[in-house]
Amino acid sequence: MRVLGIETSCDETGVAVYDGDTGLLAHAVHSQVDLHATYGGVVPELASRDHVRRVLPLTEQVLAEAGLEREALDAVAYTRGPGLVGALLVGASVARSLAWARGLPALGVHHMEAHLLAPLLEDDPPAFPFVALLISGGHTLLVQVAGVGRYRALGESVDDAVGEAFDKTAKLLDLPYPGGPQLERLAAEGAPDRYRFPRPMTDRPGLDFSFSGLKTFTRNLVRDAGDEPGARADIARGFQDAVADTLAIKCRRALQHTGAQRLVVAGGVSANRALRRRIDAVAAELGATVHYPRPALCTDNGAMIAYCGYRRLAAGERGDIAFDVTARWPLETLREPG
Amino acid sequence: MADSGTRRPPVLAVDTATDACSVAAGAGGAEAWRHAVAPRGHAARVLAMIDEVLAELGVQVADLGGVAWCHGPGAFTGVRIAAGVAQGIAWAHRLPVIGVSTLAVLAQGAHRRFGATRVRVAMDARMGEVYWGEYALEEASALMRATAADRVCRPEAVPEAGAGEAWGGVGTGWGAYGEILAARCPGPERLDPEALPDARDLIPLARERLERGDVVAARDAVPVYLRDRVTG
Repeated sequence: MRVLGIETSCDETGVAVYDGDTGLLAHAVHSQVDLHATYGGVVPELASRDHVRRVLPLTEQVLAEAGLEREALDAVAYTRGPGLVGALLVGASVARSLAWARGLPALGVHHMEAHLLAPLLEDDPPAFPFVALLISGGHTLLVQVAGVGRYRALGESVDDAVGEAFDKTAKLLDLPYPGGPQLERLAAEGAPDRYRFPRPMTDRPGLDFSFSGLKTFTRNLVRDAGDEPGARADIARGFQDAVADTLAIKCRRALQHTGAQRLVVAGGVSANRALRRRIDAVAAELGATVHYPRPALCTDNGAMIAYCGYRRLAAGERGDIAFDVTARWPLETLREPG
Repeated sequence: MADSGTRRPPVLAVDTATDACSVAAGAGGAEAWRHAVAPRGHAARVLAMIDEVLAELGVQVADLGGVAWCHGPGAFTGVRIAAGVAQGIAWAHRLPVIGVSTLAVLAQGAHRRFGATRVRVAMDARMGEVYWGEYALEEASALMRATAADRVCRPEAVPEAGAGEAWGGVGTGWGAYGEILAARCPGPERLDPEALPDARDLIPLARERLERGDVVAARDAVPVYLRDRVTG
């Protein structure tokens, strides 16, 4: 079964073709970063306007790269949620209509399920069960994964998502949007021990996160530091270390709590190298392995949607021609495929 | 409505630009259609309506000559649902796409429903503005043609109507800003402030465009919002 996957939940248009026998055939992503940079954040209407111009050109691009005609597709998967409703509707409309017109099965898939299954696209995929840490601009989630569709939420952010905290902190440091990667670069020049940020919610049991306090902490440090050279890099370093430590502490707890031997880390923030080092160290102490998707599949992409769709479509799941999308969709409400 | 000679392939028409969810298909004029007022219900209904219309005509998607849609103006999300549907269906079978102004379709509807030959179309664009179009009948084709470019503007800024030919006013803008518009354009012969676009009226407009080759590929079927300033 060859599945076309279409992702339009936020500010990246992603399209891919996954083949159940031969794996990922091609994928392409168009990032809207430049479009939103002026505004310092994603403008939903601009995102939707861009998606509607990108989905089919990207689809044609991936089919050409895969050496396939459009008639060679067997099914279509698209992101149903969670995400920006207007943006999701673009991908859903194209995908569902395309499938209907060719009499193909179609399915709306869960964006976060797709993220946590993304490492299964790699050559050395983790076996079930595992613990997944999903970290992006919109999500911070620890999940116990017994199998496809068998999820138990262990913890989540009670306020800002970790990627959001990176972007907001970067803004306080006068770094251009999107600030996450910029902050990582600046932090690499900073001194590790000059600023000691709190490790939020690590002094009590539980697996929830809170990152909004770090932003306030940063704001005060930036104000007090004034124009002092080097201070911004030191602040960036302190912030990043605090986030990495906090996530690593919660991962340790989650692995210990569940007895899992494998940890999946996915989502855009999982590309952060400092964070990976901390998490790898914690996992090594516990004798657990860590699995990351390749960098291109850490951020939003169509490959994970095609793959996630494949797992469910191949088990016989089908979406109705009355399609819908949803801004909120708890991962725990998902069921095993079929 | 009878076609002479070989039957031309039918055109599918889709509109979800306003509260209406409207679908039609036909070779010359609309031969089958479904129309519902379904605010926020477009995604749930539009494909089933298309399915029914094609089944009623006894045609497959691959038999279509093209896919027409209201490319705007209208509710942004609704316009994009129609864009996605038109793109998806047309791409699947390499069909040409014909995007038509929502205002033209409303004008064509006024001609069909009450024989209007000159129409001032005003759709409520929210934020104190209207989508405004001026259309007149081209006798030979029986199609409504724009006599001025569609625009978005404050109702106080629509072009004043001079004395002369009789005309009709249609669209929700005439309900939302009736008094202001009437001050600029007094004396409509007929007013329908509740008119919504109907996909039946897309068919003749799209048919003529298709015959002229004024079409695009699915990937180029993009909305015409008119309102392009969407950030503070």
